[in-house]
Amino acid sequence: MNAHVADTHEHHGPEKGLMRWITTTNHKDIGSLYLWFSLIMFLIGGVMALIIRAELFQPGLQFVDPQFFNSMTTMHALIMIFGALMPAFVGLANWMIPMMIGAPDMALPRMNNWSFWILPFAGTLLVATLFVEGGAPASGWTMYPPLVLQTGAAFPMLIFSVHLLGFSSIMGSINIIATIMNLRAPGMTYMKMPLFVWTWFITAYLLIATMPVLAGAVTMLLTDKYFATSFFDAAGGGDPVMFQHIFWFFGHPEVYILILPAFGIVSQIIPTFARKPLFGYSSMVYATASIAFLSFIVWAHHMFTVGMPVAAELFFMMATMLIAVPTGVKVFNWVSTMWRGSMTFETPMLFAIGFVMMFTIGGFSGLMMAMTPIDFQYHDTYFIVAHFHYVLVPGAIFSVMAAVYYWLPKWTGNMYDESLGKFHFWISTIFVNILFFPQHFVGLAGMPRRIPDYSVQFTDFNMISTVGAFGFGLSQLLFVYIIIKTVRGGEKATDQVWEGAEGLEWTLSSPPEYHTFTVQPDVK
Amino acid sequence: MNKLIQIAVGMMGAAFTSGAYAAWETNLTKGVTDISHEVYDLHMLVLYVCIAIGVLVFGAMIYSMIYHRKSKGHKAATFHESTKAEIAWTIVPVFILVALAIPAAKALIKMEDSSNADLTILVTGYQWKWQYEYPEEGISFFSNLASDSREASARDSGIDPATVDNYLLEVDNPLVIPVGKKVRFLFTSNDVNHGWWVPDFAVKKDAIPGFINDMWANVNEPGIYRGQCAELCGKDHGFMPIVVIAKEESEYNEWVEQQLASAKETEAAANKTWDMASLMEQGEKVYTTSCVACHQAGGQGIPGVFPAITGSAIATGDVAGHLDTIMNGRPGTAMQAFAGQLNDADVAAVTTYQRNGLGNSVGDMVQPSDVKALR
Ligand code: HEC
Ligand SMILES: [Cu+2]
Repeated sequence: MNAHVADTHEHHGPEKGLMRWITTTNHKDIGSLYLWFSLIMFLIGGVMALIIRAELFQPGLQFVDPQFFNSMTTMHALIMIFGALMPAFVGLANWMIPMMIGAPDMALPRMNNWSFWILPFAGTLLVATLFVEGGAPASGWTMYPPLVLQTGAAFPMLIFSVHLLGFSSIMGSINIIATIMNLRAPGMTYMKMPLFVWTWFITAYLLIATMPVLAGAVTMLLTDKYFATSFFDAAGGGDPVMFQHIFWFFGHPEVYILILPAFGIVSQIIPTFARKPLFGYSSMVYATASIAFLSFIVWAHHMFTVGMPVAAELFFMMATMLIAVPTGVKVFNWVSTMWRGSMTFETPMLFAIGFVMMFTIGGFSGLMMAMTPIDFQYHDTYFIVAHFHYVLVPGAIFSVMAAVYYWLPKWTGNMYDESLGKFHFWISTIFVNILFFPQHFVGLAGMPRRIPDYSVQFTDFNMISTVGAFGFGLSQLLFVYIIIKTVRGGEKATDQVWEGAEGLEWTLSSPPEYHTFTVQPDVK
Repeated sequence: MNKLIQIAVGMMGAAFTSGAYAAWETNLTKGVTDISHEVYDLHMLVLYVCIAIGVLVFGAMIYSMIYHRKSKGHKAATFHESTKAEIAWTIVPVFILVALAIPAAKALIKMEDSSNADLTILVTGYQWKWQYEYPEEGISFFSNLASDSREASARDSGIDPATVDNYLLEVDNPLVIPVGKKVRFLFTSNDVNHGWWVPDFAVKKDAIPGFINDMWANVNEPGIYRGQCAELCGKDHGFMPIVVIAKEESEYNEWVEQQLASAKETEAAANKTWDMASLMEQGEKVYTTSCVACHQAGGQGIPGVFPAITGSAIATGDVAGHLDTIMNGRPGTAMQAFAGQLNDADVAAVTTYQRNGLGNSVGDMVQPSDVKALR
């Protein structure tokens, strides 16, 4: 029966209308769904960021009350991490992994449909908390008890939403692993896989290892609140710090889940536009694996001020500093790939280079924060906010934009508007630095994070930062415009698209057939 | 537009004359303890290391972007590995990291050694204030955000924060410590996690309910040092500053005497019988420092989060129930037990105030002796 269904599908194109998207098991359709979903969430999360920055434009409270402000910081983070970034990477994986390894589709197409269609429900549930009694969660995305237990009616919605997001990620990851292990074209050995495939392979294991831990932690919160357990309540023999340990055991690998696929993307793009093979392919793979391993033994650097034994602090400090080594290897490899290449600077390359530079700035502040005694000064200040936004915005988000510009001609068969793309890059880069660089200064000068109002000496840098935020936010409308314009038409793209591009995806037509590689290619 | 130019010029100025004026402060404070100096030096060390590596890496990138471009006719080389280079850039960073880790470890071990302290102070975080207790001297008091800051910070207060002294960084009762003494701080919390941070001491530690953390400072110079709660603790997380006054030892001892004397006075006041007017007057004071953050200035609360006092069945009902709520709190909610925070007179006054002010008019009075009987 199954074989029969698959058979008839192969000879037909996609179904017509809405049902195509609801019932689809096609990796390209599902990839697009993920990417559109991510874009919508990115805009919603962005509006929240602008509310935050508007309030912080000057001291005093002008627009929102403190409780709502805390809801905004919490929701902004949850939506950007779980709604925008993770789905964007899964969307790219869906589109590209089968095309890069010469597979006809993902290994588990029906589950693929599920992994996506859980997301809109999880996202709606999360956003709906804004409208319930007591307001949206306001305890920070880290959900530390006891504070999170003071959440009103939003509390169970938050927990359930996290569960759903976790299910979706785990299913997506299982699918990616199954696809990579089983559906590679003949001759596509592991050490021939494109780096994007490799980084996702490793990321998928990180997800499978850590999402259940998060699910466990939030379930314990749920029972603490409603079923009289005291996992995290000292009065009942529990330990509020234990939550932080469990959370960051998930949370630290999570930050690599958000950055490893970005490493993969950049490792695809830089060789293409340098017209030179990736430098140190195998060391890239080993560096990715070591980063993934180290990510499991550094979690407590997020909580140095929580009061740990000195020995533990020393261990976590040194393990964290060690991550600089494989990360450095990656950066050096990218620079060596560019070195003595024959470079051109189309939009994807601009975003990729922007990524390398600004991610490295975030890496530097990361190294500074790894050092426990100075982290006591940085912890929970705007210095941290600047750090993780550098690695996540001109880091991870730039990589997604690079990927979209890089593969959009392949997906749609149309070239995007190159000069608009470049313009988008430049305004994004300028504004993102105006937005986040001054936050290093206010952080060092002593401004704590997650505060709706601040003392007057921080005013000027906050004003600059807010100007940058609105500039960056508005620039993204241009991104949306460019995408829509390209989807609807434009100069036809060749199959090769980019002169220096290599890999199986470029052997397909632009746009590719609805079903590709139904006969697997031979990789030599 | 002028403002923008000012900002741009200021930013450049700041980058070069860091700290010329406070508004453009761009770097970590050096602070006023030996430890904070050490932390500052470490910060500068790792910053310079990062800048040096950055110059090399970005320099190579920029050079390559200028010279190795196709438009300049540069032909791509074909190399794609070099075992030597790869080993070098794995090993060299390890040495740099070790060189950074050694002084960091030394500093950390010193910071965490709070033995042989001359004075111990217990710091307890509350939503949203700090309690300071000196167990040996027998002093205990609460430290709240200064009322002028609180008024100005209300939404649409119409007060320009720039006109408020030390906006959001001022308290009613600052912590007082002697200079030149090793002061050990013990941290805990009464409700949710808080973080006690004074940048000038390089002391930041979480205050966690059910646990006690410690850290210490030995302040070199007399002065007033300001900090803020560092760990998100709910609505007014941004409104629970820390002010520490470091005094010469003789002045510190005077302060201790004063504190003990005024504690006796308050105790005497608690034992007399109060009339309605003074209960209401005192009650309003207590309400504005201890209750207003949640139940709001007019007693209207915040729907869904903090109940209204105006018209509340508890506050207009049976006195016993009302006192019970205030003294014992409601476990598992943000409503704290105030029995341990307020003295008999203050509990009596605020209870009376809630029953007869904020739009309520029950008409009865609660005396300190009624509260004492419930202890
Ligand atoms: C940190 C926030 C907070 C502060 C500060 C606070 N309360 Fe409350 N209060 C609450 C919450 C939350 C409740 C509701 C508890 C519940 O759900 O049972 C409450 C309930 C009450 C009630 C019962 C109201 C009703 O109708 O159920 C009274 C009376 C009360 N508080 C008095 C006070 C007094 C007096 C003070 C100051 C000395 C004070 N509260 C300070 C949060 C606070
Ligand atoms: Cu606090």
